[in-house]
Formats: sequence, structure tokens, C-alpha cells
Amino acid sequence: MLPDPRLADLPLVVALLALALWLIATRHDRSAIIGFTAYGLIVAIVWVRLGALDVALTEAALGGIMGLLLLMAAARLGDAPDGPPPTWPLRVLVGLLCGAVTAGLAVLVLTLPEPAPNLVAAVAEQQSATALKNPVAAVLVAFRAVDTLLESAVLALAVIGLWSVGADAAWGERPRALDSDAPDPALVLLARLLPPVGLVVGVHLFWTGADHPGGPFQAGALLAAMVALVWLARLGAPPPVRSRLTRVGLMLGPLVFLLIGLAGVVAADAYLAYPEALTKPLILLIEAAKTLSVAVALALLVAGPPALPRARP
Amino acid sequence: MTLAAVLEPWLAGPRAAELLFPLLAVPVLAALLAPLLGARGARLLALGSLLLGLALALAAAAALLAAGAPLTYALGGWAAPLGVELALDGPAALMLVLTAAVLVLVGLHAAGEFRVGAAGRRVTLAFWTLLLGVWAGLNGLYLGRDLFNLYVAIEVLTFSAVPLVCLKGGAAQLEAAFRYLLFALLGSALYLLGAGLMLGLHGTLDIGQIAAALAGGGADGSATGAVRSGSLAAVVLMSTGLLAKTALMPLHLWLPPAHGGAPAPASAVLSALVVKGSFFLLFRLWLDLVPDPGALHIGLVLGTLGAFAILLGNLMALMQARLKLLVAYSTLAQLGYLFLLFPLAAGPGGGPAATAALLQVVSHALAKAALFLLAGRVQVAFGHDRLAELGGFGRALPMTLVVIVLAGLALAGLPPSGGYLVKSLYGSAAGAEGWGWRLVLDLGGLLSAAYLARILAVAVRPAAGGTAAPHLAERPGGFGLLVPGLLALAALLLGLLPPGWFALLDVGRAEMASAAAVAGAMRGALAAGGFWSSTGPVLTVALAVVLFIAAGQSAWQRRVGALGRGLAGVEGRLREWRVAGALLLAILLAQALAVLT
Repeated sequence: MLPDPRLADLPLVVALLALALWLIATRHDRSAIIGFTAYGLIVAIVWVRLGALDVALTEAALGGIMGLLLLMAAARLGDAPDGPPPTWPLRVLVGLLCGAVTAGLAVLVLTLPEPAPNLVAAVAEQQSATALKNPVAAVLVAFRAVDTLLESAVLALAVIGLWSVGADAAWGERPRALDSDAPDPALVLLARLLPPVGLVVGVHLFWTGADHPGGPFQAGALLAAMVALVWLARLGAPPPVRSRLTRVGLMLGPLVFLLIGLAGVVAADAYLAYPEALTKPLILLIEAAKTLSVAVALALLVAGPPALPRARP
Repeated sequence: MTLAAVLEPWLAGPRAAELLFPLLAVPVLAALLAPLLGARGARLLALGSLLLGLALALAAAAALLAAGAPLTYALGGWAAPLGVELALDGPAALMLVLTAAVLVLVGLHAAGEFRVGAAGRRVTLAFWTLLLGVWAGLNGLYLGRDLFNLYVAIEVLTFSAVPLVCLKGGAAQLEAAFRYLLFALLGSALYLLGAGLMLGLHGTLDIGQIAAALAGGGADGSATGAVRSGSLAAVVLMSTGLLAKTALMPLHLWLPPAHGGAPAPASAVLSALVVKGSFFLLFRLWLDLVPDPGALHIGLVLGTLGAFAILLGNLMALMQARLKLLVAYSTLAQLGYLFLLFPLAAGPGGGPAATAALLQVVSHALAKAALFLLAGRVQVAFGHDRLAELGGFGRALPMTLVVIVLAGLALAGLPPSGGYLVKSLYGSAAGAEGWGWRLVLDLGGLLSAAYLARILAVAVRPAAGGTAAPHLAERPGGFGLLVPGLLALAALLLGLLPPGWFALLDVGRAEMASAAAVAGAMRGALAAGGFWSSTGPVLTVALAVVLFIAAGQSAWQRRVGALGRGLAGVEGRLREWRVAGALLLAILLAQALAVLT
């Protein structure tokens, strides 16, 4: 038995700090990325320890994709030559400035009111109106629906922005950033075994999100990871950017959300409000469309801008 | 029933607040639909929805005037702090109308260039979709009053604005866009950190509720000292992030390459509107959220940075070798004027300062959109925008030169332009003790006149190779002058609007008394004495610059040139990542010291 149960978290705290320092100190892209991925995993465990399962799931799902993306980018870029090292006065100055900002933030965090004023009671009180048992879902799809709507629009716009950096000649083609000449047989095996499981877990995360931790963002991120795995193993290929079906999949989530929100002014007396009798089915419809669009958007972001096929020797 | 009777409940009745959400929903809906329609459809949809949006913005402004008090709308029927509310007051209505008007005009101007036949599918689809995204983000920033909702609006804005920079797809443009993305995301992270701390301190993100709690009028009594200083520190974090996004010098490493390298209509939107979005949020934070900001020293910090931006930005504009970069550096200087708001609003007669800052937003948006479109016209006509090789371009394109001069005069602050109103209102807010700020205002105006004169001198001198005018790669149509001409005239004649119209700004902020302030500033501005005292020095400096350039190379001119190169070297260092990063931290700490001591 430990004298204080909080001591059990000590290894987590030490690992987090050590990794954070390692991330700042290391000079090599690859080791920084591996450190960053590990850092994300530990942060996810910390969220579990804090009882924020929704955040933990998102962190783990997105952290995995991020690590993959960064590793691929680093492999393509190679080791970039470092510029001239900063002069000593600049180093000392930056160190002092960083130290002062960190100290200020530490003092600030320590003086935060305890317990923090929060909206937990208000959410619990009003949650029944949303027909959802998961308070996080109630905040995302009802109380702060506009933020969720705009966030999913950001994802869709980010894909259009990414596509726009492709070459003119390649417009309409499919993304090829994940293409490799001969994928590793182990990867191919993984890409055959994992996606069926991932699909089931993803759909479960979406379905359970109404009442338990989970929801469209976590489910979409997991599904996107499965799709990216299939593309990496060349068991399938990203659709061309001219495909209208892909674009519909990308935009469907925010579009359905926005149109139901606009209908609310007639049906429920306020924009982004749901009529009482239809609350549950409408929310389900919104979340299903959002899961699809999040998965499509994240997978397309991993796949890169449209490109012409590489010339074969 | 007539149309007016049908619209009555929205324009002057109980349903007025229902106009707020469509102002956000229309651009978002259009941006989501545009890629589904393809490049051709996206262009038509964007133009159509922009016109609809302008009508909506005007309707909202009319409804606000009719109501005489701010309109608020609780989305989903959930009131703050649980839900998110939208609100419309005078400044927000002004920004909505300005944004819709500038976007419609720039959109009409760009309709010929950004179509499938001329620019290709990639550029056409991306330009119009992202333009709609920029519009959605900006409208969200104007209407929002919830710190996290505002964060999401900033993200919509950033993710739409960054790809606009590299639509041309050159290596330099891609690098500029990447620089912009990284620095803007750094700003977002700082903002989000501050907003999160604010939630932990107050349990609400609503600006009005936080302000009430800090002022001691909250439901749970007055805020304790620790909560108050914590809140100020959170505002400082958010403010620093927003300064990076606004590119206030010396945090400007991303702006010159981004605004100088984007296609001209995109530069016009980025310079006229996008950087003002983050400024508008700074306006809200320091004037609406922080109680009694005049008692803090924050005005001194932000005002000093603003003065630095005015002087260095103008000097750098004077030395640029490319026309578009000259216009981009002029933006950096003009952004500086916005930040004189913070010291001057805190002074004893500070009322007109807020009016001046908002009018500076309007005036600069109109004049700078015109200048970027004209710079693009020159670039298309000659195939480049290098000033050294543009000698005599005014002979080839006389009307273009005339419109450039009109827009430039508005920036230099000649009556009755918006720039004149800004200087006059800031001047009266500064009063006798604020002579330092007034000096900066006057020097800024003279330096703007100097770079305008430099363009003029280049335009009329004989071209290289002894011909009268440089070779035209492509003669631009006269129709392309319509929009820049309208924008430039609007900026130049802003002061002639009936002063009563400026009362729109005062809805919800009666202390500004804009209508009376503008009437006061214009009184005597056009009489012989007043006109000469504001115009004379500008004309003298302009004449001196023209003579200096015409005189050729003498020993003392080379010395001036060497001084300029030294200054440019220092400014170049400021745009290095390491230096800009250190400056960001230093500015963060300076603001923290200013509010906590």
C-alpha cells in the first residue's frame, strides 16, 4: 500500500516531464517524433487518470495518426541541415524569457481557485432535455452546438486548403503521398487483420457516444486510421479529388448539422435547437453524418494533395 | 402585403435578433456547398451568396439602429454560460457591413481572373471556397462573445486565409504560407491557453459575464484579488496570440512575404480584412472584458508597439524594391495606427479614440484593397512589379496611376478622407499632454506621403532605355479600374458622409459619441486655413521626395541610401524566427508586467 494514492501517478508525471524536456532538447527529427508520440500516449493515460475518458480517447486516436504523419514527412524530408547555431547572448536571453514565462504560468496555475468554478451542475440539470446520457455529448451537440459545427467546417476547409497546394496539372487526380513502391509484408498483413476490428470498434465508439465516453470525433479518427492503413499497404487507393462522392462524404457532416440547425428556428423556436419529439433521432443523424465526414476528412488529410503518378523507369 | 410589411418583424421588430445566425450560417453553408458544385458552380455560388450576405449585413445594421440597443441571440435556446450567445453592437455591425461590401467588390473584380477558363479548376475552386471561409470566420469573430466560440471563428479564418497565400503555387509562396500557418497557430495556442485559464477562473466563457464578475457585479459578489490577477494574465496570453495574428511589428515576420506573394485579390482581402479580425478581438478583450483598462499600463505597451510599427513600417515601405511589398509594408504601418487606440482611449478625453480606431479599420480596408488590386493590375500589365524597371509606367497606364494616387492620399490622411478623420479624432483624444502620440501621427502621415511620392516619381520619369514608357506585356481593360476606383473614392470621401450615419457605431457604446466627434472633426477641415494646415506639409514632403529622386546620384544621397540599408538590415533580423520568437515572449512578459504592477 502506498501512503498516498496520488503517489501512484508519480511515474506518469516524471515520464511526462522527461519526455517534454527531451522533445525540446533533441536535434533529430525522428527521435523528436517518436518522443512526441510517446508523450501523446502518456497524456492520454493522464486524461484517464483524471477521469476524462472522452479526451483520452481523442488524444490516443489523433496522437496515433499524428505520429504516423510526422514520421512519413520526416522520412521524405531527410535530415534538414541546421542553420548557424544561435549566438550565446541570444541563447541566454531566450532561456531567461522562457524561464520567466514558465514561472509565471506555474504561479498562475497554482493560484487557480480550488475547486474550479464549473458548469458540471448546470449540464447535469439540463442534460435530460437532450436525451443524451453522456454529458460531453450533450455539450458538443446541444449546448455548444455552434462550436462543434464550426470545428467540423474547419476540417472540411482544411482538406480544400490542402488540395489547393497540389500542382495544376494534377488537379482531379488522386492523392499519392501514401504511395510506396513495395509495402512491407508485415504492414500488408496488419492492414488485412486490423481494419475489420477497427471498423467494429469505430462504429461502437460512435453508437455508445450518446451515453458513454466516445462519439463522432473519436470514432471518425479511428476509422480514418484504418482507411489510411489500407492505403499505406496499397490494398486500396485514395479516391481522386474530382470524385463528387468523396466531396459529398467530406461535407455531409457539417451540412446535415447546419441544415437541421437552420430548421430549428421553425421547428423548435431557435437556431440549433431540436424539436422535443425528434431530439434523439436528429442527434443520431447528425452524429452519424459527422462520424463519416470526420473519417473522410482525416483520411484525406493524411493522403496529401492530388499528384500525378510518378514516372516508372 | 408589401415587402416592407413582410420584413417588418425582422427589421424593426421582435425578431430582429434572428438575423444574427444567418450572417454566420450563409457563408458556412456556401463554403460547404461550393466544392460540391465544382469550380464553375463555386464561383457563381460565392458571388451570389456574397450579395445575399451584403443584404443581410445591411438589414442587421438597420435592425440594430431601429432597436437602439445591442441584439443578442442564444443559440439553441441555451443562454450563457451553458450555451453560446451571439451579439451585435455598433462596432460589430460596422465590421459586418464593411466586410460584406469589400468582399463583394473584390469578388466582382476577381470574377474575371478567377474563372475556370482563365485560372484553371484548382485555383478557381480553392479561391472562391476559401473566400467564403474567410467571410465565415470574420462574421463569427464579429458576432461572437464567447471566448471559445471566438477561438473556433479564428481557426476558420486562419485555415481559410493561409492557403489563399499560396494559390499561385511557387516555392516562395508556399514558404510564405507555411510561415504564416506556423506563426498563426502559435498565436492560436496562446489564445486557447488564455481562454482555458479564464474558464477555470470564472466557470464561464461569456465576455459579458466575465466582465461583470471582474467589475464586482457578478452573481457571486466581487472577484477576489487572485482571480482578478489571474484573469488579467489570461487576457495577456490571449492578447499576445492575437498580436501575432495581427502582425503588429515586430511580430510581422510572416506578413510581407504572405501579402506580397499572394494573388492581388487575395492580398487585398488578407490586408484589408483578415488582419483586422484579430484586431477586433483585441478591441473586445481590452475594452469590453477588462474593467477600467485605463488604470493599467497596458495602453503604454500596445501604443509603443503601434508607434514603432507606424514609423518602421512606413520607412520600410519607402525602401521596398517591389510595388506589392511596398503596399504590404504600408499595411504594417497602418496596423500600427489601430494600436494607438489603447493609450489614447485611457486618457481623460479618450472618447473619440475608439471611433478613430474603427474608422481606421474602415478607411484602411477600403484604401488598401484598392492599392493591392492596382498593384496586381500593374503586375499583370508589365509582367512584374519591380519599381526599378517600372519607370514611366504612368504614361502607359495614366488612369491606374490616378487611382493609386487617390488611394494613397486617403492613407496619407488628406481631408476629407477616412485617414484625416482618424488623425483628427486621435489628435483630439490625445489632447495637449499626448503630444508624443500626435507627433507619431503626423510623422506617419508625412512618411506615407513620401512613399506615395516615390511611386509617383517612378511613374513619370523616363523609362530605362530612353523610351517614354516601359513595355506593356498585356494592356489591361479599363473595366478593371471600376472597383479600385470605387474603393479609393470611398476611402477618400469618407469624411463627407452625413455625420449622423456614424451614430451606428455608438449602439451599445454611447460613450463613444461618434456622430458628434465626426461632425466636430469635419468642421473647418475643408475651410482654407484648416485644409492647408493638414495638406501643406504632406505636399511639401511629397515634392521634396520627387526632387530627391529626380536629382539622381550625389554623395549625400548615397549616404541616405546607406542609412536605409542599415535600417533594412535591422528589420531583416526582426523577421528571423529566433528573434521573432524571443520578441513574442518579451512582449508577453511586458504586457504581464503592465497589467500586474
